Amino acid sequence: MDNIHDFYNKMEKGNIMLSFKGEVTSDLLTSILQIMESKMETLDESPKIKKKVYNILVECLQNLYHHIDEDDVSTIIKENSALFMIKKEDGEYSIMTGNFITKDNVDSLKHRLDKINQMDKDELKDYYKEVLNNGEMSAKGGGGLGMIDIARKSGKKLEYHFDKVDDYHYFFSLNIKVAQ
Amino acid sequence: MKDIKIEGSPKTPIIEFNPSTGYLLVRGRSIPENSIDFYKSLIDALEAYNINSQPDTKVDIQLEYFNTSSSKCILDVFKKLEVINSGGSNVVINWYYEEDDEDMLEAGEDYQAIINVPFKMIEVEEK
Repeated sequence: MDNIHDFYNKMEKGNIMLSFKGEVTSDLLTSILQIMESKMETLDESPKIKKKVYNILVECLQNLYHHIDEDDVSTIIKENSALFMIKKEDGEYSIMTGNFITKDNVDSLKHRLDKINQMDKDELKDYYKEVLNNGEMSAKGGGGLGMIDIARKSGKKLEYHFDKVDDYHYFFSLNIKVAQ
Repeated sequence: MKDIKIEGSPKTPIIEFNPSTGYLLVRGRSIPENSIDFYKSLIDALEAYNINSQPDTKVDIQLEYFNTSSSKCILDVFKKLEVINSGGSNVVINWYYEEDDEDMLEAGEDYQAIINVPFKMIEVEEK
């Protein structure tokens, strides 16, 4: 049982406020948001930071939810599983997510993230308006705006990484830092 | 025409629309996973209202949070209001934001730039 203690220490050292691994459902989203909201309430954060973190949380979690929901059900079961963590270190919040994606989707996602990361504040604003006004909405209500909005609100570059899992799958890690 | 009265929930805002007074209120949080379903009744009601609109239509948008899925639906609502405004009704959209909430102010400005309807930005005190 030593592992649990190690696990705890790792999370404590990493300043993890909340973490979840598993299937992301609508009810789970509601619960996580409520927990984070009351945590930030007790931490006495400024309304500005509270709103930013909450907004980015919503988008990150709903990205995971929509991604999982739209996936091909015939693929391996672990594709339905995601990892979500939020930490606060030296006053700075980071929201981290991890999920499996199929190899075919890696290039287009990487391209989108790189495009967003190359933009400054004003370019992101224009790009957001362009996609808002012209972009198509998927049947589930995802509109391709999520990552642009996260980049705008966080005020930082999107840190990401792809790890190869097998010939068909990659693990996509995303780390969003929230500028103070 | 029937009124719309939707109670708020942790993920969805209060919506009140009265076609006989020409008043629309959207207040609270709008973060549903699927916003298309949620906004459908309002969008349908605005379409019906355009046929027999009031001389003045007042719209109050008091959102605390909204997700990007809602942002498209809100744009659709505004596009309906744009049609109503170019028809028989003078529409005014009041966009409320709390002081210090630059993100919400910017979101209002984004819509203002896209939609051709008089838009008022109204700063309110933090709760």
